[in-house]
Amino acid sequence: MFNNLKHSLKPALRLEMTESLRARWFMLYALVFGGIVALLFAFGLTESRILGFIGLSRLLVTYIQLVMAILPVFVLISTVRSIAGDREAGVFEYLLSLPVSLAGWFWGKFIGRYLMVFAPVFVAMLGAALWALVADIEVPWTMFLYYTGLLASLSLCFLGIAMLISVLARSTDIAQGMAFLVWLFLLLFLDLILLGVLIQEQVPSEIAIAIALFNPLQTFRTAALMLFDPQLIVLGPAAFVLFDLFGTLGYKVFALVYPTTIGLVCAFLAYRSFRRGDLL
Amino acid sequence: MIELKQLSKQFRKTPVLNDINLAVADGERIALIGSNGAGKTTLIRCLLGEYVHDGTVLIQGLDPRVERAHVLREIGFVPQLPPPLRMSVGELLRFTSELTATPEGQMTTIADRLGLDMARVRSTPFSKLSGGQKQKVLIALALGRQCSLLILDEPAANLDPEARHAFFDLLAEQTTDRPITLLISSHRLDEVAPLVNRVVEMDMGRIVLDDRVADSVSLDGKLAVRIVLSRAEPAIAKALGQWGLVADDASIVWAGQIASPDRLRFIGMLSRYIGVVKSASIEES
Repeated sequence: MFNNLKHSLKPALRLEMTESLRARWFMLYALVFGGIVALLFAFGLTESRILGFIGLSRLLVTYIQLVMAILPVFVLISTVRSIAGDREAGVFEYLLSLPVSLAGWFWGKFIGRYLMVFAPVFVAMLGAALWALVADIEVPWTMFLYYTGLLASLSLCFLGIAMLISVLARSTDIAQGMAFLVWLFLLLFLDLILLGVLIQEQVPSEIAIAIALFNPLQTFRTAALMLFDPQLIVLGPAAFVLFDLFGTLGYKVFALVYPTTIGLVCAFLAYRSFRRGDLL
Repeated sequence: MIELKQLSKQFRKTPVLNDINLAVADGERIALIGSNGAGKTTLIRCLLGEYVHDGTVLIQGLDPRVERAHVLREIGFVPQLPPPLRMSVGELLRFTSELTATPEGQMTTIADRLGLDMARVRSTPFSKLSGGQKQKVLIALALGRQCSLLILDEPAANLDPEARHAFFDLLAEQTTDRPITLLISSHRLDEVAPLVNRVVEMDMGRIVLDDRVADSVSLDGKLAVRIVLSRAEPAIAKALGQWGLVADDASIVWAGQIASPDRLRFIGMLSRYIGVVKSASIEES
């Protein structure tokens, strides 16, 4: 079994990457993230001094907020579209008629797509850091590394969810609809929207905070905030609960581990369902 | 080679395959025919281990669902509709070569014989090829491997007469060297009749006919053809030219050779211009 996996994983991974490189979603995706960094530089964000943030920190803070808005929906929609679309168009029928192991095929596709999803986001950020070095702007490497981890974790989380939706939905339309609903659902449970309403309606604060903690988007957002607002003053009293529960370091670790776990659990469920059901 | 016992498959509550029992010996050449919705494609997908099902599917004694990689190494498959792959022909060749442990050269040689210059299209995305070129690539990938079972879904539908001739020659070579089992799916028996020695017809998910046919048409045989027209006519001239026939100066007498398994297809083409055909002779060469 492991021999089959080993034999099939590499070709499937390379196939996913080459297919993605030729796909329009990837060009648009790479363009969006590269474009964001270019625009942030062009608008002189590194020279601005807003709320005490200057240099690359300011750029990274803005970038991570934009990524949080764009990356999940982009990963969800592009992944379910291309996977469900390939299945409908007969790509799976042909490629799965070749002697590729299902584990090799699935995990090769998963890892290949993960690299393609994460690479543009990271390369854009790395490009900003390198440019800052050239322009003699100080680079906050600790922040850079933690953001890289957060982005890796967020990408994995939404890729896992997207893979699960792709396997469960039998058509592109249904898969897209489900992906959009998941994104909308998580968006509604951000503190700005539904949590605000919950608190206004006198729902116990523990429930509101629990909902926030279960939402990977909110987890990511809070951890990103923590880097430039270590006391999480913007969160108000909720911050005390978080610090009591996790501590600063504990929350930072939680924000990396929790979305990663969601992504991996969803990916394993997707693989199990894929292996046990009709492949097409 | 193939053993199907009480094979049934349903999508939601709709039965698509209904209690199929079929045994296929090594070296048999089977036409799987039936109208749209008869269950041919579902049966093929069960053979390829792509669907879960009730009943048993065994290929050389192994379940393609369980021993997937092992079973599929023995199967060459050509789908009716080429998949819209974005990867280049070279990447597809490499992918297939790696998974099947077949040297790329073997598959390239088959493509050359089908009239496709692999070197020229190697960097072209597969989806950008013409229908005929895609079919040639897929046939080359299937026939270039040392398979013991070939599953072909309307394999020659997009090929020109010359490529079809080469395809029949290749099938003949492969089935002569060792007992390869062929399963050719088609809507129409006349398209595949000369290639097979057994016909299995499906309707509404059941096998309604399982018959053996006289195995007198050789796959690599040729027929000498001579057509005399009552007058020169551009439309039939173009069609005959595409079949590789050569005309006299007045474009009245046409002669040449066609592949033996193509005889029904050729007569079908000729029947469309029967008004201008004065005489026709088709003889085994």
